[in-house]
Amino acid sequence: MLDFQAMISAIGPELLLALAGLAGVLAGAYMGDRFNGLSFKLGAATLLLAALVVIMNWEGGEAFGGLVTTTPFVNFAKCISFVAGAVTLLMAEGFLKRHETIRYEYPLLVIFASLGMGIILSASNLMTLYMGIETLSLSSYVLASFHRDSIRSSEAGLKYFVLGALASGILLYGISLVYGFTGSTDYGDIASSERTIGLVFGMVLMISGMAFKVSAAPMHVWTPDVYEGAPSPVVAFFATAPKMASMVVFANLLFTAFSGVFEDWQMIIAIIATLSMLIGAFGALIQSNLKRLLGYSSIANMGYALVAVAAGAEYGAAALLVFMTSYVIASIGLFGGVLSMRREGGMVESIDELAGLVRRRTGLALALTILVISVSGFPLAVGFIGKIVVFQAGWNAGLLPLLIVLVLSSVLAFGYYLRIILVMWVKEPVERFQPVGSTVALSVYAAAAACLVLFVFASPFLEWATQASAGFIQ
Amino acid sequence: MELIAFYILAAIVTVSAVAVIAAKNPVHSVLWLITAFFTSAGLLVLIGAEFLAMLLVVVYVGAVAVLFLFVVMMLDVDFVELKQGTLGYWPFAALVGVAFAAEIALVTFARSAAGDEINAKPGAATNAEAIGQVMYTEYLLLFQMSGIILLVAMIGAIVLTLRHKPHVKRQNIAKQTARTRKDAIRRIDVESGKGL
Amino acid sequence: MSAFIQEHGLLFGWLTVIGQILLFTVVLLLSLAFLLLMDRKVWAAVMMRKGPNVVGPFGLLQSFADFGKFLLKEIIIPAGANKTVFLLAPILSLTLAFAAWAVIPVAPGWVVADLNVGILYLFAVSSLGVYGIIMGGWASNSKYPFLGSLRSAAQMVSYEVSIGLIIITVILLVGSMNLSEIANNQSGGFWTWHLFSFNNILLFPVMVVVFVMFFISALAETNRPPFDLPEAESELVAGYQVEYSSTPYLLFMIGEYLNIVLMCSMMTLLFLGGWHGPIPFGEEFVSNFPVWMVNLGHLAWFMAKTVFFFFLFALVKAVVPRYRYDQLMRLGWKIFLPTSLAAVFLVAGYVVYAGVQA
Repeated sequence: MLDFQAMISAIGPELLLALAGLAGVLAGAYMGDRFNGLSFKLGAATLLLAALVVIMNWEGGEAFGGLVTTTPFVNFAKCISFVAGAVTLLMAEGFLKRHETIRYEYPLLVIFASLGMGIILSASNLMTLYMGIETLSLSSYVLASFHRDSIRSSEAGLKYFVLGALASGILLYGISLVYGFTGSTDYGDIASSERTIGLVFGMVLMISGMAFKVSAAPMHVWTPDVYEGAPSPVVAFFATAPKMASMVVFANLLFTAFSGVFEDWQMIIAIIATLSMLIGAFGALIQSNLKRLLGYSSIANMGYALVAVAAGAEYGAAALLVFMTSYVIASIGLFGGVLSMRREGGMVESIDELAGLVRRRTGLALALTILVISVSGFPLAVGFIGKIVVFQAGWNAGLLPLLIVLVLSSVLAFGYYLRIILVMWVKEPVERFQPVGSTVALSVYAAAAACLVLFVFASPFLEWATQASAGFIQ
Repeated sequence: MELIAFYILAAIVTVSAVAVIAAKNPVHSVLWLITAFFTSAGLLVLIGAEFLAMLLVVVYVGAVAVLFLFVVMMLDVDFVELKQGTLGYWPFAALVGVAFAAEIALVTFARSAAGDEINAKPGAATNAEAIGQVMYTEYLLLFQMSGIILLVAMIGAIVLTLRHKPHVKRQNIAKQTARTRKDAIRRIDVESGKGL
Repeated sequence: MSAFIQEHGLLFGWLTVIGQILLFTVVLLLSLAFLLLMDRKVWAAVMMRKGPNVVGPFGLLQSFADFGKFLLKEIIIPAGANKTVFLLAPILSLTLAFAAWAVIPVAPGWVVADLNVGILYLFAVSSLGVYGIIMGGWASNSKYPFLGSLRSAAQMVSYEVSIGLIIITVILLVGSMNLSEIANNQSGGFWTWHLFSFNNILLFPVMVVVFVMFFISALAETNRPPFDLPEAESELVAGYQVEYSSTPYLLFMIGEYLNIVLMCSMMTLLFLGGWHGPIPFGEEFVSNFPVWMVNLGHLAWFMAKTVFFFFLFALVKAVVPRYRYDQLMRLGWKIFLPTSLAAVFLVAGYVVYAGVQA
């Protein structure tokens, strides 16, 4: 018989999301277009509720015969992902309404994508992991081409789909090899099985697949194109919730299932991290489109996060959570900024359009400056804390070459971040942006405020993350 | 006896799989693919997994491959033209092929060294029963998740392709049958010499 | 089968199996000759014609005359046709139609292969039938056949879904996919037949609806009127068969009719008790007679029911006008699919909560 108590404590939020998604499908089928506006608010409410359920079942548990196991470590990520999903969903409504593409399928797909995130975070079996990844990816492909009449959006969706399918194939091939050599798909069994060449081979393939999902180099090529082509609120979603979830899943997979072959993957992750940081920093330098720039910036940031992963579970787990959270907060705000860039005749995306923003919209410019500072990892905002803890993790793990690259690329990255700030503060002002609704503005201000507040009150935040990842410290 | 059957079926699978990529005509390719599927089902029967074999035929041969064939027949793709220049990729293809073969060999030897026998019906009388016993209990979550994935795929297809054309007349059978003589015919007395 | 061979020795076992297959084939073909005649007679009777009545008494030998005619004519292969596929298609059609009969039990134990996934095998083989049509239509290299084959493929794939779900309701009731066991589950007289299910009276309305849907889906699956759009003569001349003549055409036609009879026997087995008579005689009475005699009686029941369904098929052809293609698709996807899904839910719920099976 099913153990409902265990089910709820392990994957209660996912059950909630699944039920809400199914109810949403029905409601949409019967109410049609009347459901469009309502669905966004209900979807966001559901996601927030799911985050609440996560907090209520903080300690997690095991269910479905070991197919899923939740720990505070993954619950932390779940909580942040769901909240990020809810916020980006609310930000999307106005944008889609103005483009006359507001449809209730959007929140449904976001909910199902979040369900996928929840499942991969909870997974303690490779089969569960794959199922969740497919749910998340399929929803993402459709979201990327949500503006189906726009060529760029369709192109983004198609590119994402083709490459994503390839990555899924590689991941699956890795899974099958791991299964073939360990005789099990359970994380625990894999961890306790002996190291064979086949296991390492499978693990490498799985790392390649996962690297695609978190858009780490050399599997990053899709990122700038998708970021540029897909509708902005969709990109805001991609850059936050799934990034957080995939990265933590990546770490969780390596920390638990492959804990026995730590030496083997540490080198690979270190290389991936180095490449991502360098490619992200250099790539961003030459961009003039803000969305593309943020795409490269996310590649670089994934590199920083991977430094924490390479540091190993004991040093890196808490650092990863802190860094990713600070990145997600800043990203929400920055994409809110992108969504505010509206002129007569549609959205604009070039960096130069921000010129002199401080004289036209002082509040927005101030908030964006804080966010840019945060994402670049300089003091005054929470991004600094994130980078410091990652640095510390790398230091403790003795990854000196990696840290040198990290510092170098941070300096390099500050170059292009500085450019954004200079454009906003120094350049001659251009035409004023048109207002885009209170949700977006509110999100930008709230994100900026959160960056400051978390910087000032960093210790409870750090404490929380450390507690969440306490399970990894022997 | 079973060994002979295995070798015959395996030979057919291999030959038709090669023919899939070797065939000049894309429709022939798909037909070879169907042969390969069908014969693989025969191989499954040989190891006692008759339920899986039937599912393979029903799902892959009976439904998926039909749609394949559909698409290939409808698209007027000149595959000879498409294949031009693919020869340049052969070193890479060979590399991937060798890697895959090596990995398969690795897995096969690792498994046979472990001495595991393939059992198509662990703990049950038939293959169908064995699958049924775990599918809705042990693997319930995975089963439901695949349902969700299919639902997402369906929503995706609708989002990306469904367009409501305002000018298309749709048949409403209930409305049609509910129509009476009174709704359709009006009697007008036309005065002579005036018209309507 | 392998058990049988082990029991009787390799050579004798194989010979017996081959003999069984031959016997089945010959009997089927012979009965088909007369069923074809019946089809035409029923059709004629509805139109108040006499139908074939020249060859033999009452036209009984008409089918044999037709057979000879088809065999003696020249095989014409269109110039642009894909010769291999063109000739492969009818052969495939016929082979599959015969292959499906391997698992049909016509009396207790009278079956070529008593598979434990028999019904799934039937479903699988009948889902392959579409290839003969689609290949024939494509290989003809001509517009009408191609359109016909596309229609047919879409139609068969669509209706297979509801047929599959309906079969699941029966499987749920019986708890087995073996066709003999499905028939034996209905051995207690006509009130235990799945069509009526008076022993599970709550299921009666469900099963009747399910049966009607199965019958209609069977019509669509076999491309019979009113769903004969693939060969709708007013639109597509003769659909995928346009370019076929002589023996290949004959093979197609035999395959088609074999499939119709197969569907009739499936309905008999799934819903009308298979070889069981409407009133059970009881073990003691039956044990007075030799086994073969009892089995012949069973066979007679099986044939009577199958012929009855074939009569219905013929009648439908005569009295119902043809559907439009969009109506056909609408019926399949929007009405049959949800209804059969609901039926699966209801039957599954009943089986679980009323504990029908052990």
